[in-house]
This record gives sequence, C-alpha cells and structure tokens, in this order.
Amino acid sequence: MSERRLICDTSEWSFPLLERFDQEIGRIAEKTYGLDTYANQIEVITSEQMIDAYSSVGLPINYHHWSFGKQFVSTEQHYRRGHMGLAYEIVINSDPCIAYLMEENSLPMQALVIAHACYGHNSFFKGNYLFQTWTSADAIIDYLVFARSYVAECEQRYGTEQVELLLDSCHALMNNGVDRYQRPAPLSLAEEERRQVERETYLQSQINDLWRTLPSAESGDGQAKAKRFPEEPQENLLYFIEKNAPLLEPWQREIVRIVRKVGQYFYPQRQTQVMNEGWATFWHYTLLNRLYDEGFVTDGFMLEVLQSHTNVVYQPDYNSPHFNGINPYALGFAMMRDIRRICEAPTDEDREWFPDIAGRDWLEVLKFAMANFKDESFISQFLSPRVMRDFRLFSVLDDTSREELEVTAIHDEAGYRHIRQALADKYNLGSQEPNIQIFDVDLRGDRSLTLRHYRYQDRPLAGTVDEMLRHIRRLWGFKVRLESVDERGRLEKLAEC
Amino acid sequence: MSHFIDRRKSAKGKSAVNRQRFLKRYKSQLKRAVGEAVSRRSITDIDNGEKVSIPSRDVSEPVFQHGSGGVREGVFPGNREFVQGDQLERPQGNGGGSGSSAGDSGEGEDDFVFELTRDEYLDLLFDDLELPNLVRNQLKGATEFKNVRAGYATAGAPSNIDVVRSLRGAIARRVALGAPHRGRIRELEERVEALLRDGLGEQSPEVRECRDEIRRLRARINTLPFIDDFDLRYRAFTRQPEPTSKAVMFCIMDVSGSMDESRKSLAKRFFLLLHLFLQRSYDQTEVVFIRHHTTAAEVDEEDFFYARETGGTVVSSALHLADGIIRDRYSSGEWNVYAAQASDGDNWESDSPVCRELLKRKLLPFMRYFAYVEIRPIRHQTLWHAYEQVAAGMPNFAMQQIDEPEDVFSVFRELFKRQPA
Repeated sequence: MSERRLICDTSEWSFPLLERFDQEIGRIAEKTYGLDTYANQIEVITSEQMIDAYSSVGLPINYHHWSFGKQFVSTEQHYRRGHMGLAYEIVINSDPCIAYLMEENSLPMQALVIAHACYGHNSFFKGNYLFQTWTSADAIIDYLVFARSYVAECEQRYGTEQVELLLDSCHALMNNGVDRYQRPAPLSLAEEERRQVERETYLQSQINDLWRTLPSAESGDGQAKAKRFPEEPQENLLYFIEKNAPLLEPWQREIVRIVRKVGQYFYPQRQTQVMNEGWATFWHYTLLNRLYDEGFVTDGFMLEVLQSHTNVVYQPDYNSPHFNGINPYALGFAMMRDIRRICEAPTDEDREWFPDIAGRDWLEVLKFAMANFKDESFISQFLSPRVMRDFRLFSVLDDTSREELEVTAIHDEAGYRHIRQALADKYNLGSQEPNIQIFDVDLRGDRSLTLRHYRYQDRPLAGTVDEMLRHIRRLWGFKVRLESVDERGRLEKLAEC
Repeated sequence: MSHFIDRRKSAKGKSAVNRQRFLKRYKSQLKRAVGEAVSRRSITDIDNGEKVSIPSRDVSEPVFQHGSGGVREGVFPGNREFVQGDQLERPQGNGGGSGSSAGDSGEGEDDFVFELTRDEYLDLLFDDLELPNLVRNQLKGATEFKNVRAGYATAGAPSNIDVVRSLRGAIARRVALGAPHRGRIRELEERVEALLRDGLGEQSPEVRECRDEIRRLRARINTLPFIDDFDLRYRAFTRQPEPTSKAVMFCIMDVSGSMDESRKSLAKRFFLLLHLFLQRSYDQTEVVFIRHHTTAAEVDEEDFFYARETGGTVVSSALHLADGIIRDRYSSGEWNVYAAQASDGDNWESDSPVCRELLKRKLLPFMRYFAYVEIRPIRHQTLWHAYEQVAAGMPNFAMQQIDEPEDVFSVFRELFKRQPA
C-alpha cells in the first residue's frame, strides 16, 4: 500500500492524531459498513478520573451515596496495589455517546478503544431494541442532573441521614424496579421537573384515598373482601412502593422513583453483556483490520492492537486457575465472527442448522441479530455447533438432591441442542435473579405486605432475606411477609419483618 | 462528527463526597481499626495514612439473590475428558458447580481493606482525645510562611495602596512642579504693587500685562493633577519562612517487670502524640529512645517497646544517660530538647532524690520541656513526690498520671498550654 496514506508511525498519541484516527475509523464504519451511531463525545481522562467514573457505576454524574464511596475506595485500592488494571475505556449510553479514554493508553490502544466504544458500543446502544425500549439516551444526562440536585435538596431539607437510609433501602431493591413487560415512558428533564410537583400532590391524594379509613356504607359483604390488592401480582417492587406505600412522604416517593429510573437504565445492560461486548469487539477487530488493509497504519501498530485484542478475547478452560466463568467478550466475538462465516462460507452443517442465514449478506444478518435479540435469545438462536466445538463446551447438572454431578451434554451431535439451551438459560434474567413479586396487601387489616418468591429450579434464596425484608419494611412502613412458592405450587412461609 | 474533550485538567476528587460519606458511616469500625493500628506501627511513621479493614459483611449491600442449592446446570469451556453421562464428585467448598458463583463467594469472604489518607487517619486517631481544633490544625499544618512588610513599592494590588503615602507624594509633586510658577507670581505681584504705588492705574498696559501673566500662571498651577499614577505607593510584602529549627525528643521508659504491655501501650500513645507535635513544629525531629531498669541503654524503637526485661528500677541511670547524650550530640543552642518519661513510679527509694537533683541542676536548664507521666501506679511512691518538688520550682516540667487512654491528651494539653507554638 502507498506510504502516503500512513497516518503516523509513533505510538504516542496527541489530539490531532486522535482526531485523524477517529475520522478514518468513522469513515469506514459509516461508509463501508453502514453503522448507525450517535454523535461521539470523546473525553480523555486520567486514571484517577477513571476510578471516579467507575465508582459512580459508569455514570458521568450521579447523586451522592456512601456506596459509591465504598466502590471508589476499593477500586482505588486494588488499582494502587496492581491487583487490577483499569478498563481502557468506559462508554455511556447517552446521546451524544460519551466515551472516556485513559491518558495512559498508547496510540494503537486509543484507536482500538475508539473503534470499540465509539463505533461498536455506540451503534449497539442506538440499534438494539432493549436499549431503544428501556433507555432514553438523549435524556439520561439531564435526568441524572435532575436526580442529583433533587437528592441534594432533600438532604438539605430532611437531613443526610434520612436520605441515606432511604437510598439504602431503594438500592437494595434496584434490581426489582423494572416493569419487564411494559414499555416505560421516555425521560425528559423539563417534563420530569414539571411533573414532579404535580405528581407529589396527586400521589398523596391517591394514597389517602386508598387508605381511607371510613368504611363506605354498602361495604361489608364478602365479595369486596375476597378482592385482592393488587389484583395481579406485581413484579416491579419499587414502582408498587412508590405508588402505594402508605407512609412515604412525597419527596421519599420521588427518590424511590429516581432509583427506579436509574435501575431501569441499567436493565438492558445486564441482559446484553455477551452481545454488546461481542459486537463492539467484532467491530474494533473489523474496523482496524480494514484500516490496516487500506494502508493507514503500520505493522507494529497492528501487532499492538492484535495483542490487546487477543488478551480481551482469551477464554481460560474450566480447570484453569484463571477461569472465572465464560468471558462475554470471547463468546460474543466468536459468535459474531461465526455468523459472518456462516453467511460467507457456509458448510453443510451450517446449512442444516441455519438455513435462513447461510449464504446471505453477512452485514445485514449481523445487524438484524444486533437489533432484535438479547443474550438469551441471541445464544439460543445463533450459537452454532462450530462455536461449541471451538470452546469445547460441556454442561454439568448440579442437583442438590443427588450425590454427584452429572455431565449432561458435551460438544457432540447429541449434545449441541442441550448445551445451547443450557447456556441460553444461564443468561436468562429469571435464572440469574430470583423472581419476587408483590402478592397481597392486607388493606383492611394490619396493612401488611405479602411478597411471594416463585422458586426457579428449586433454588432457595440467599441469606440476605432478613436484611432485605427490613429494607422493604422501612419503605412500606408496616409488616412485610415473604412466602416462597415452589414449582409444584406448595407455599412456604420464609420470613416476616 | 466526533467531539474531543481534554478532561485531564478538570477537577479530580469527584468522589470525595462519597468517600467521606462512606467513612462517616463506618466510623466506629474505622476507629477500632485505627486504635489497633496505633500499637502496631512505629512512632516515627504515624504521619502516614493507615490501612484499615472492615469485615465485608458489615459493608455489604444486600439484594435478593439465589442461594446455593436447587437444580442448576452450568456450561463450561475446555472439555477434555468428559462424555455425556459422566458422574462427577461434587467439588468441595461451595455447594454450587457454577463457575461464576464460585468466584464471587470466594472473594466475598475477605475483609474490605483500604487505605485512609493521613488527615483522615489523624482525625480518627485523635477523635477520642478531643484534640481542640486549633491544635489539630497545627498538627496537620505545613511549613508556614509569614508575610512581612517590606517598605513601599510603586506597583501592587489596589487593596494595598497606602493612602497617606500616596497623598504625601502628590502634595510634594504639586509643590515641586508649581514652585517656579509661584515664584514668578510673587515677583509679578510685587511688580504690580510697585507700579500701582508709582501712580499707574489699573488700566495701564504694564499692570494689565502683569495681571494677565499672573492669571495664566495660576491656570497652569491649577492644571497640575491633584493625584497622578506616579504618586501611588503600595505597601510591599515579602514572604518569610517562619524560623524553624531542630528538635530532639527523648523517650525514657521504665522497662522493669512491673511495666506490662497495656502500660507500655499507654506510654506509646503519649510518646506518639509528642512526636507528632514536634514534627509539626520543627523542621527536623530526632528521637532518642532510652530504656532503663537498674541500668539504662539507648536502643532502637523495636527494642524500646517490645523487648522484655525484669529487675529493679533505678531512674537516675536513664537521666544520667540522657544528660550524657545531650552534652555529646545536642548542644542546646541549636537543638530544642524535649523529653518524655513514662514509668509506673516504682523506684529505689534512695534514688529519687538523686533524680530530683539531676533534673533540677543538669537536665531542665537545657530543655524546652520535660514531661513525666506515671502510668497506672498502684500508689504514688518516692519518685512522684520527688518530682512534685521539681515541678514546683521549674516551669518547663510537667507531670501527670495516666490511667486510661483518654488521659493521654490532658497531659499533652498541659504541654501546649505552656508552650504556645
């Protein structure tokens, strides 16, 4: 390739060089591969600022809470002692998409990170249906600004300690604050602020109505009593508490809501780890190789890129001391590459397994996969026998009622489908998190709240139950009860607080 | 389409508030940890931060989680030898076979360990001691500079304008610049008077000419500016470092059999506090450790606190040694000599008067301060009474009894009262 196209051959980065690389990578991403992205805002930060960013769970701005301080302290500690490296980059699902680059990175690393975060993750945030449905990229920063100042104002008005206790309890329930089946309304700062006041007064009136103590004249027949509240079990604990907890002050409801909204923002990320990282890794690999092919970078540059890339997609075996579960980068990258292979050079096996994509335009298929799946469905749809063989996957059944573990399937003809199902199931939120729902409120009696835990695969709850109930009780204000229903429908009382 | 921002210069410490909140929340645990740490660490490095640990179950943030047990099926990479249907032994340790949960629970048991900064550490360390804020600030303060007046300058900040000086300058200038004109005016007026005396009228050309010139000259004097940039004088300052010098601290401790671990640890706290104070007040601080039973020896810190000896007690042996060392190494002209002595007060009866005389005649005249602490005495013995006589006559001698850690500071405060830094 012509020498003239070479961008540079140093490994020291500078802003003009970064801009140049961004330009070329962006050009390839958009013109050659048609990636649709939000505008990028690329911020260069120091390692200390990176630790800051870590500790506010990757958000550029957040309200104050001790748990973020704890996170900061521990990250800083590990980093100082060299126990861990920092991520090369953090990228925030916002519009414009904010990406942090560490100043310590060399130029090839910066280019890798730009390709990975600013074009890979960025296009995933914009394209994937979960992110489209559950997050509002254009409003999240504004919302966080609102949340931060609202919490700060509450701290001033009601005392830091009050707010902290409330936040503790809300954080405990953060993962139980999403309507999984209902599309949330998009966020907007002005709207939030306007509605917040309205909501306060309105909500309070609603609550009061619900808890009206005067019995109405006609009541008293058995029919009304049989009616349960809520009529349907509610899985969104925080939402239910925000709307119905009898004793919360309006500002407390608002804070419950803030935590719920922030939790919801992270909801898609928990379910698209493999896809998101796989997609971003696939694109930094593809974009930078293309850059190399077009003669913009040197061999040395590419070697450094490939070395980092190889580290990122390394998958230790199950019996290796480094093993720590399946590496989402490795699995995701392998699957994305495999889809491209199936499209470009399908074997007979692929034609049998993937008749609808074998031989089609790979870019189109990949984008379709990115846009319309989450980890669970992505794996059960696209994990090919080839990838299972490459990873030498096997599944092990662990049933506490039996003495020994059993190898249920390995990477052979008889086992492919079973392994695929088992792996997909691991990424199912239902198998990761217990299913706990609000079952009943004793409206006419002691106002106690009954939660039901629907057992999944006979798995019990971890030992945090008592503590959790105390948190829920703090929010609800009255007695809280937790029952467990196993898969045969038997009811067992777990705890009460 | 991309926008680059260099954030490296913007504020760090974004998490400072959160960090403070975290510390506040775990203050009691931290205090315990810091208290334990004091006895572990050396006196001279008290100034650093401290690594503390909190049991992780105390800082946990609970969520609803699956516990171990039930049915779960894990998928693992790297199969070499297994075929379908193999039965495996359940791995020991945790009940689950799934890789991720094994990793998590393995780490989860560790304590939450992290480092406090120096300031945070000092705050916690002195929290019990109710160190007054003033003192605390002095302990933490860096080398101070003093702004000293250094005459006047022709340039400076407007707030430093010296009005009197400036106006004096302005008057001088106006006088100087107006002087030739005034002289001429005087001459002209005399001339006018002379002309008038000679019988010439107001309207005569000579008189009018003079009057015109006088008017012109007056106008010129009036155009002299009342105050000019040139007149401004500013108060000038220079930064002078506060005079600081060298200090040496003698730690004298009784290591006879009656001084047990808890007494030593009380003594250590006191030494530590004193050392900290000296370090803040002086550029260079040296520490000399002298321990004694019937004979005294200069030792290093390790031996000072941890070596065990038994036997009787002759306090004067240590004072003799200290005296010798001062004469040898720390001629008191350039050194500020401090000493702190800790003992349980058990001394040979005939030795106490010797100590008294030693202190009075030899040691105290060369010392800035001598503090004696008696730690949990069974009853006051001869040494205490002998020292009481010293204290009566010498202003730079203080004695106190320490029974509990909280007492340590009252002794220290005594020191501060007499030697305001």
